[in-house]
Amino acid sequence: MDTPLANPVRSIFATPLREDSVIVNIGPSHPATHGTVQIIAELDGERVLRTDVHCGYLHRGFEKECEDHTWHNLIPYVDRLNYVSALVNDFAYCDGVERLMGIEITPRCRYLRTLLSEYSRLVDHLTCVAAGLMEMGAMTAFLYLVMVRDFMYEHLAALTGARVTYSYGRIGGLACDLPDGWLARLEEILVQYEDFVARVHALVDRNRIFIDRLRGVGVISTADALSFGCTGPILRSTGLARDLRKDAPYLAYAELDFDVPVGIAGDNYDRYFVRMREMDESVYMMRQLAQMLPEGPINVDDRRCTFPEKQRVYREIESLINHFKLVMDGPSVPAGEVYCAHEAPNGELGFYMVSTGSGTPWKVHVRSPSFVHMGAASRMLDGGQLADIVPTFGSINMIGGECDR
Amino acid sequence: MGLDFYTGKLADAVNWARKFSLFSYPFVTACCGMEYMSVAAPKYDIARFGAEFPRFSPRQADLLIIVGTITERQGPALRRIYEQMCEPKWVVAFGVCASTGGFYQNYSTMPGADQIVPVDVYIPGCPPRPEMVIDGIMQLQDKIARAKHPILTKTF
Amino acid sequence: MSAATVLESLQQQIVPAAGAATLSHDSCLVFQLAPDELVRTVRRLKEEFGYDLFLDVTAVDWPADALRFEVVHHFASSRQPLRVRLKTRVAPADPSVDSLVKLYGSAAFMERECHDMYGIVFRGNHDLRPILLYEGFAGHPLRKDYPKTREQPLVPYRH
Repeated sequence: MDTPLANPVRSIFATPLREDSVIVNIGPSHPATHGTVQIIAELDGERVLRTDVHCGYLHRGFEKECEDHTWHNLIPYVDRLNYVSALVNDFAYCDGVERLMGIEITPRCRYLRTLLSEYSRLVDHLTCVAAGLMEMGAMTAFLYLVMVRDFMYEHLAALTGARVTYSYGRIGGLACDLPDGWLARLEEILVQYEDFVARVHALVDRNRIFIDRLRGVGVISTADALSFGCTGPILRSTGLARDLRKDAPYLAYAELDFDVPVGIAGDNYDRYFVRMREMDESVYMMRQLAQMLPEGPINVDDRRCTFPEKQRVYREIESLINHFKLVMDGPSVPAGEVYCAHEAPNGELGFYMVSTGSGTPWKVHVRSPSFVHMGAASRMLDGGQLADIVPTFGSINMIGGECDR
Repeated sequence: MGLDFYTGKLADAVNWARKFSLFSYPFVTACCGMEYMSVAAPKYDIARFGAEFPRFSPRQADLLIIVGTITERQGPALRRIYEQMCEPKWVVAFGVCASTGGFYQNYSTMPGADQIVPVDVYIPGCPPRPEMVIDGIMQLQDKIARAKHPILTKTF
Repeated sequence: MSAATVLESLQQQIVPAAGAATLSHDSCLVFQLAPDELVRTVRRLKEEFGYDLFLDVTAVDWPADALRFEVVHHFASSRQPLRVRLKTRVAPADPSVDSLVKLYGSAAFMERECHDMYGIVFRGNHDLRPILLYEGFAGHPLRKDYPKTREQPLVPYRH
């Protein structure tokens, strides 16, 4: 090491509180921090006295990119926010733009978006639980769950063309309709999911080691959770049933029959169980939606945002110009602002968008649940053990793309 | 039979041992991490290639897999980790963000990890399919197999 | 309180100046405030009307206006679905508003981010270290006059 390297962070505690405590740096490259997060912890033996959580290592300038691209071109960027459940980001963003434009999506699109949002929720919770279990040493459970997740990835690739980040939502609809046999394969995957998850439940739920490591660890009270802005499974694990799908239904959630699982103690075990139960509820919802799916077009017939068919673009001058304008200038979204929030697997994912009437946004801001939960992380980590940092952090499900944008 | 035959075989043996026992250090940052998990999982299984166990310490690893976007803020950490690895070491840039910065061209994204560390194999894709990753690892293995060892050949 | 009664009482009691509250089409009640009314209004929202979730604080840069930065706060309630948006304007010479860190714990991180990106100073928040950017980064990137591709590398590039 010839040249000294600059330190990008400044810790709030440079000197230890007591003379026998130690300040330890965990991260930013660490196997169990789910990406790049740095935790500077002051330890008294194994007990954590205080922590300073540093996120921001994956800040990729999403909001600055937004001011330079058309509303359509941002859909791939939006995918990569919460990259484990990319479809939810797509649909929340498109929903916001559609509200600004005053567009109502078609019934088939509405049901499909609901089905795919729940599918993404499955993938996200599977990944979170799998990674959390692996970090505690339960490698088998990780392998089972990632196997199911791989089936889902291939299935979504058959629909959208990509496994992880799909860019499938469009303003006013979706990229393409379901291929033949997609719903039949969906049912097969759900049956396999139930089989694999039953095995994980059998391995883990009443396992002494598992319970000892998670029960009573990483506790947060409802009042603290609300004060620190927690939403989603973290808030629900404390016992408060706040879920945007029930409280302020959007898409097709008002027509579905489902429960909102809540925990009792706000600890890691509750968060694990809330996620497992939410996955079961998602499967139930997807089965209902597969029955309820109506026929019809998936894109709204509005030339302000929907691309005309290629046959017409090659034959009619109006369609050609329409296509050209949509690609080069972007859809003209009327001036105004909107805050559109969906219930993402992590919590309330909100898009605050400001338009000045042109085809590129003036500002897009993401209210990301992971970022806010990082603020609550210190509250959950302080006072615990060093070894508890890993499962607690895993149960928060911090996704770097969403946290740092 | 000249001495070259024996040193050639020795070099081949050393390369064979190195390429089938890659101890990888996955420097995971972003979305490509999901595909990295899939590659390590049973369906695509990178363990077949000897790259079984990720070594989460750079001192024990010889393959640095840079998975996902590298931002300016991560630069010092990545450089420090690269410098802590011992020779022989290789670097694979997994994903288009690690290769060239991807579609993030702004104040915070480094335009490719090769701005601060030398990269042996670039695996494009956003994120790359697991088959592409396996192809990239196999290309790295071919590169290792072609490596020359002047110290070996000159000593004997 | 049902959403309708909350809406009515908010419109009448918070900032009762005519035209200062609008209901946007995303069912969010929007108030324009002067910067010194902010903390008082937020405290009333929290204690009287049950707005216990502080969702977000961000800013919008309007370089053509004299009061260039518009600081936007979003609030939600865990008991009813109506959201509230508070907007204040500050000038570039002194872009500061009061911090909400004594009312909500989540304000700590979110105000740091707003400070990073726009340079808004939150009086009362003593920890405004960079959170998404890094020590040594000069400037505030989301301002309209910061060029998107101006990089400030910490490790010198090899080529």
